Amino acid sequence: MADIVEITKISGTAVPIHGNDIDTDRIIPARYLKEPTFARMGDYPFFDERFDSAGKKKDHPFNDPEYKGASILFVNKNFGCGSSREHAPQALYRFGIKAIVGESFAAIFAGNCTMMGLPAVVVAAKDIEQLMKSVEDNPRTEYCVDLESKTISFGNQKIAIDLPETYRTALTKGFWDSTALLRSNLEQVKRTAAKLPYITGFTS
Amino acid sequence: MAGRTLYDKIWESHGVGILPTGQTQLFIGLHLIHEITTAPAFDMLRENGMDVAFRDRTFATVDHIVPTDVRQRPFLDREAEELIQALENNVNQFGVEFFGLDSVNQGIVHVIGPQLGLTQPGMTLACGDSHTSTHGAFGTLAFGIGTSQVRDVLATQTLAMDKLKVRRISIDGELGTGVYPKDVILYIIRRLGVAGGKGFAYEYGGAVIDKMNMEERMTVCNMSIEGGALVGYVNPDQTTFDYLKGRPHVPKGDAFDRAVDYWKSVASDGDAKYDDLVHYQGKEIEPTVTWGINPGQSVGVSEKLPKPEEFSDPDGAKKAYEHMGWQPGAPMLGTPINVAFIGSCTNGRLADLRAAAKIAKGRKVNPAVRALVVPGSTEVKKLAEREGLHEIFQAAGFQWREAGCSMCLAMNPDKLNGREICASSSNRNFIGRQGSPQGRTMLMSPAMVAAAALNGKVVDVREYV
Repeated sequence: MADIVEITKISGTAVPIHGNDIDTDRIIPARYLKEPTFARMGDYPFFDERFDSAGKKKDHPFNDPEYKGASILFVNKNFGCGSSREHAPQALYRFGIKAIVGESFAAIFAGNCTMMGLPAVVVAAKDIEQLMKSVEDNPRTEYCVDLESKTISFGNQKIAIDLPETYRTALTKGFWDSTALLRSNLEQVKRTAAKLPYITGFTS
Repeated sequence: MAGRTLYDKIWESHGVGILPTGQTQLFIGLHLIHEITTAPAFDMLRENGMDVAFRDRTFATVDHIVPTDVRQRPFLDREAEELIQALENNVNQFGVEFFGLDSVNQGIVHVIGPQLGLTQPGMTLACGDSHTSTHGAFGTLAFGIGTSQVRDVLATQTLAMDKLKVRRISIDGELGTGVYPKDVILYIIRRLGVAGGKGFAYEYGGAVIDKMNMEERMTVCNMSIEGGALVGYVNPDQTTFDYLKGRPHVPKGDAFDRAVDYWKSVASDGDAKYDDLVHYQGKEIEPTVTWGINPGQSVGVSEKLPKPEEFSDPDGAKKAYEHMGWQPGAPMLGTPINVAFIGSCTNGRLADLRAAAKIAKGRKVNPAVRALVVPGSTEVKKLAEREGLHEIFQAAGFQWREAGCSMCLAMNPDKLNGREICASSSNRNFIGRQGSPQGRTMLMSPAMVAAAALNGKVVDVREYV
């Protein structure tokens, strides 16, 4: 198994993507899900919004040289709704995004992010507005998402972030890569299964 | 002590223990897999020398990438061929039962689970597909998962989960003629919003749901995730037991009786405590059509398109109008269409094909419309043909295809071109969803799709029934 990796702080510049209800089909069009690994997903995030049918670049924050190298993504409400495809957070992560800060996230998307060690944290509506404005005013602004103090800081500002406590523990204590942890309980799993009538064939 | 919901009961009986994160390690009774979201998960098992922990609780099929016209191998699409080969190799190597292209049991994963009796009340069920909530129609705690979670279920048959709250949504009274389960779920999503179900499991009940057959309940549960709810379910009842009896994976004889006792015991108690309660009247619900770019952006077919200012997020509505190219205030009736698609895990079952065939019978598809009917499984196709539904569709000018996900999500050759507008019985009207970044999708019931196909525009199906 991989070593335990604790994720506590993510620092870097940011990139804003405006709009509520941005679905995972928009984050990664389904045709890229035909690839058998996640290896090249970093080439595709928001592909149809970044490139026209001739492959020419369109106006999009992920194409903007001002935001090049950003590791924190700012978004609005219900980001990542729709399809459960983990390809969506994989595409963002492999593009270089190491934390997402937004008003809210769809359930499966937030779970997928946590399982890959990509914090998806929530801030109040007025705070995301301020964060987006700050990065648009100065794209070189450095931010730090701190999961231990539950803040995002930049310049002399500090803003409260939130995320489910279970996700925070998973990330900061290194339990996000959960397979080994779950597998260590395999005997208990078998005992639980043995008590379920449909597992035992409704024998009695 | 207050009564418990079905959700509470299944959660408790399937809890293995509390993890150091505070999450529950939840046993997964049935794991369904398909070609799209599993390859990296199997790679990880191989890298770590792990096996599939509960092989006999794992079943695979192929649906998303399957061409629905020519199924010959190798597929013309090289990537699709590689992906199906990867799945074939994985199920062989790990010893998982596979309903492949040549199996009579092949079909959309959410159609075949119930059809085979694999899906049963009182189970937990996971699948790497967000429409796994479909199986909740049986009183199953069923939800979609990502690939890392598929890996965990393969390796351990469990997941690290947080418990949800439960919202009971009661649809009282009865539905009008020409109003279908698809209209019910579109109505619910319109009222509660696409993110309204976040943090909740939806329990659907009330006279309208009670009266529905299993296929109809599956349509409602299928789109729970479009309302933001990970889980949607209906309490099991006699309709459920009658559907299951005699299916291949359902116990027989005395064991069936004991199974029914168990299934009855998992239903929500009469005095169960809910975190939220919502009531709607069946008679409020019209045939419903989406006009925007998410499933919550819909109107009754007799309504006019809404003004952006009517929404809490006017910018979202404006973006939808920008993509669709329509104006607020325009009538929904008469909106032209180019393509008609009947199928998908939402509406690709026999009841759906029957409802659409009833409209199409003895009529002709408008010559300007490309119209497809795609059965949800090979078995659905067989049963439909036994009743002659294919002849009704073909005589009307619909193409009759092989089973698969088809034009719901454009991972196979069935796609929109350019700015085409599709009247679709599927579940998502997201930008680009049907394969063209400029394409446009209008979600509606299969009967409404059939009526639109005949007229080349949106019409009110109530004029046909």
